[in-house]
Amino acid sequence: MHNKTLTELAAGLRSKQFSSVELTQTFLQRIRQHQQLNAFITVSEETALQQAQAADAALSSSQGGVLTGIPIAQKDIFCTLGSKTSCGSKMLDNFIAPYDATVVANFNHAGAVMLGKLNMDEFAMGSSNETSFYGPVRNPWDTDCVPGGSSGGSAAAVAARLAPAVTGTDTGGSIRQPAALCGITGLKPTYGRVSRYGMIAYASSLDQGGPMTRSAEDAALLMQVMAGFDAKDSTSVEQPVPDYSASLNDSLQGLKIGLPKEFFTAELDSHIAAAIHAAVAEYQKLGAEVVEVSMPNLQLAIPAYYVIASAECSSNLSRYDGVRFGYRCQNPEDLSDLYTRSRGEAFGSEVKRRILMGTYALSAGYYDAYYLKAQQVRRLISDDFKRALADVDVLMGPVTPSTAFRIGEKTGDPIQMYLEDIYTIAINLAGLPAMSIPAGFVDGKPVGLQVIGNYFSEAKLLNIGHRYQQVTDWHQQVPKGFE
Amino acid sequence: MSLTANDVKKIAHLARLGIAEQDVEHYANDLSGVLELMTQMGQLNTDGVAPMAHPLDQTQRLREDSVTESNQRNHFQAIAPQTEAGLYLVPKVID
Repeated sequence: MHNKTLTELAAGLRSKQFSSVELTQTFLQRIRQHQQLNAFITVSEETALQQAQAADAALSSSQGGVLTGIPIAQKDIFCTLGSKTSCGSKMLDNFIAPYDATVVANFNHAGAVMLGKLNMDEFAMGSSNETSFYGPVRNPWDTDCVPGGSSGGSAAAVAARLAPAVTGTDTGGSIRQPAALCGITGLKPTYGRVSRYGMIAYASSLDQGGPMTRSAEDAALLMQVMAGFDAKDSTSVEQPVPDYSASLNDSLQGLKIGLPKEFFTAELDSHIAAAIHAAVAEYQKLGAEVVEVSMPNLQLAIPAYYVIASAECSSNLSRYDGVRFGYRCQNPEDLSDLYTRSRGEAFGSEVKRRILMGTYALSAGYYDAYYLKAQQVRRLISDDFKRALADVDVLMGPVTPSTAFRIGEKTGDPIQMYLEDIYTIAINLAGLPAMSIPAGFVDGKPVGLQVIGNYFSEAKLLNIGHRYQQVTDWHQQVPKGFE
Repeated sequence: MSLTANDVKKIAHLARLGIAEQDVEHYANDLSGVLELMTQMGQLNTDGVAPMAHPLDQTQRLREDSVTESNQRNHFQAIAPQTEAGLYLVPKVID
């Protein structure tokens, strides 16, 4: 049951091969069995079974949609009414969300069953899931290695078949990088495509939620539920939502692929480069043309990102003050002590680094040199993409410079960790959609292919992913011990 | 560009962020490294480039000035560390 696609699961529910309660119990059992992965922060067994019963009732009277009765799991960054929403932080360890995120409400409305809340880097700041207050997540392909981050629990859960499909969020690569390191499919939509309402903010001009699944076909079904205009999100974009499944099988004859030469430099593991070129060759067999493109300002994406993201983080996280919700220190001497100690005791060191960095970059006298400069660099990087995408349909390249690294290997050096996102970060600055799909293995560890499209081209990206997954079976590989 | 332990203390104060005395030096080192990375932006001439705040250059939407939310004070205060008579309690500010 746990290896079926969402389409197969939906068909099985309708033909009464199994009920939603049985399906939910299967996944709850797998979650218990593989607790050592630490993929979940909260498992909501009771409410999941209630939702499954309701779904079974709806299905037996021929109601509901394609996701009715399908178990999913949410990254613990999405607020879920009445249950703990920790964002991977001690700060919110006691936080029971008083409302549902729009994404969560959409899944509830679609009749999906929520298995629980997935582990993540603290406040989504990290590339290895090691900054979580709840401890690191293990990569199912090699449990000594990280799953990537910040949506590490999400990626590990899908790879280990603990949930058929889940949500993630991506501020600088947090959907695509863990998807690549765990061998699954992850789509970061266009900025503004998926509502951020109730999605705990890290860097508001970059944050975007999206699906993480085993295939592009499954991702299309999740996107259908997640995407859409939301008046409650001030940066939500009013654009019609296409039928993401309808175009999955479109021909790729004449597709023009650009390979940014800046993606294929010395930092890139040569085996990964070979896997990417092999994937591109597969697309040529499907009728695509390939040209080299150049994006000269790409190398400055990491510095610009860390200024902008840190600045926005320091503003967003000022709301955690120990007064209205979240952690409060014991016996504060005065109000200043209450703020300082509550924040000091409840934030982890990576979050503190970014708050300090952002506070510095925004402080009097430094604003022009850092924040303003970074926003100008952001414009130039975005223009590079515009120029490239005027000549080609999509860009392709690696997602990460290397495969999954060992737990603890990069925690001592923040900059080493930041460079992990070298190929993903620029896409967030430009606000473009991009996808990671499995494209091979190096020493038994998965490699991801990144496909970057123009604004609102999610349907095209899923089509491109699906056609590749029709002629390859990388996405069907199961880590040993999780079959 | 590098930050001293004193700089870190000043920034931490601005952010109302407690940093243990023994960690200050460590943060100063880490942040100096990150700052060095950031100064790479100086290589690029950005004269006359319009700063980009929103990926789609969208502006804020306007809406009708009407009440759309109901009062949920009790619901929201249920998760507060300390409340009394509908108020959030903090240590005494004025003597």
